Amino acid sequence: MRTVLTIAALTLQEGSRRRVLRSLAVLTAVLLGLSAWGFSEIAADYGGLTSGEAKVAGSTVLNLVMFGFSLIAALGTAFLAGPTLSGEVESGVALAMMTRPIRRVQVLAGKWLGLVAFGAGFVTVAGVAQFVIVRVTVDYWPPHPVTGLLLLAGQTAALLTLGLLFSTAISPMASGIVAVGLFGATWIAGVVGSVGDALGNPSVAMVGTVSRMLLPTDGLWRGAMNSFQDPALLAQVGSGVEESPFLSMQPLTWVYLVWAAVWTALVLGLAALSFQRRDL
Amino acid sequence: MGQVIDSPAVWASNLRKRYKRRTAVDGVSFTVGRGEVLGLLGPNGAGKTSVIKMMLGLVRPDAGEVMLLGRPNTDPRSRQRVGYLPELFRYQPWLSADEVLRLHVRLAGVKVSGEDRRETLALVGLADRAGDRVGGFSKGMQQRLGLAVALVAGPDLVVLDEPTSALDPLGRADVRDLLLSLKDRGVAVLLNSHLIGEVERVCDRVMILDHGRVAASGTLAELLGRRSLRLHLTHVTPEAAALLEPCEREGDRYTIALPDDVPALVAGLVKLGVGVHAVEPARVSLEERLLDILREHP
Repeated sequence: MRTVLTIAALTLQEGSRRRVLRSLAVLTAVLLGLSAWGFSEIAADYGGLTSGEAKVAGSTVLNLVMFGFSLIAALGTAFLAGPTLSGEVESGVALAMMTRPIRRVQVLAGKWLGLVAFGAGFVTVAGVAQFVIVRVTVDYWPPHPVTGLLLLAGQTAALLTLGLLFSTAISPMASGIVAVGLFGATWIAGVVGSVGDALGNPSVAMVGTVSRMLLPTDGLWRGAMNSFQDPALLAQVGSGVEESPFLSMQPLTWVYLVWAAVWTALVLGLAALSFQRRDL
Repeated sequence: MGQVIDSPAVWASNLRKRYKRRTAVDGVSFTVGRGEVLGLLGPNGAGKTSVIKMMLGLVRPDAGEVMLLGRPNTDPRSRQRVGYLPELFRYQPWLSADEVLRLHVRLAGVKVSGEDRRETLALVGLADRAGDRVGGFSKGMQQRLGLAVALVAGPDLVVLDEPTSALDPLGRADVRDLLLSLKDRGVAVLLNSHLIGEVERVCDRVMILDHGRVAASGTLAELLGRRSLRLHLTHVTPEAAALLEPCEREGDRYTIALPDDVPALVAGLVKLGVGVHAVEPARVSLEERLLDILREHP
């Protein structure tokens, strides 16, 4: 466990020393500033809206901004995951390290833990800051903020685990691109699926369901959105919002959450197997 | 513990490795005794680095077994007291030199004080760069850092793959001194180097690889044959010539197998009226021998 924690700390140190943290902080500050401006405009300009409508608008925009954060977290960690493993193998940094009395699976687990801590930390800090902005501007507080943030952290973990798996076999850049490409494709498939739901077309809806099973990032994101929006407000606005990619009608089931955890564990196990067999 | 100490530093048996269609290593077996310095020689692509990587568990052999310091190399603990400087030496550029050493000490699971780390850096000439980021180091400095990484955790076996490839002549001399001090301390060393002079000066035994096979191996004396004696003589009478037989002659210069008693031979020659201008020991250089072996071994 000591080795795993040492590698996890090293991964976090890499993130901060390589100015990933600083870039993220600047990006987050810009996004938070823009969203604060946007929310204050909602509050000021739409005085004609009922308070319920203003909250639905706030809730939707909150999901939109949170999607931005989840995108930064997921893509950022996926792009970190590639170089941290295959980059070290390619450059030769891994050679001297791997001849220490440690197992490769410990190195992989350490990197994973460090990246998860990085992604989860980012999602929490940016998410809480965003909740405070929404509260101050449109007086809205999400019903299940902790669950939502946990699901976002889960989404980040799922994508970076996939990135790690790819980085055990292909080049750092390719692994980042493939992970991010799959993430985007699953999100679009999720939107297509929700359009299918809205139109009552089960075969189109199936596209979203299948893609959410194959890569649980979109499913977890939808669960997170559901935790951030108030269901009573949705009911008040009525139907016609189901197809919006930034609203989610149903909370996640336990079965799906278990599947997402099993999926992540399986992919991590595969990554360990692939890394174990790789010639350095 | 006794069994562990008695075992050789490295025991490798019948290592084989193929990369797609190319056979990189084909049935290589060798041992490195405790405190022994083994030189690994051979042309580019002979399989030297592959042998080292299989030995250290970085590359999976297709066949063969390795024991390091008494344990199978599949057990990570076999590498507890092993230091390695790879041919491709790179260290985390965002860490300082001292932080790299601290990381390796922690991964090795040993306790090394800050002072000992500084001493190790001083040993490789990086005492005043301990706090500097590795990203700003020249290649030579990174290789020196690599040596420090290999030595910092108090190893019983040090594996050096081309340790002087990026060093200037002064740095090479430093590495040679370092190797001799390791030898004095009883640390086993596996040295892969193209610098034959370096190998000849510090190694107890040499293994020559070619096309993935062991072309020759043995002590320097075994590989280079008996030492010889070169004499510059004039007025050589037939009686004196008989004393020198068998010999190789080039004008006034005679080369004979090194006799047991050189002064007696010289006294005998002088007594027979021979003019003795020079007497010097000689032997075939390792470089000549290596080239011969590689030519013989198609």
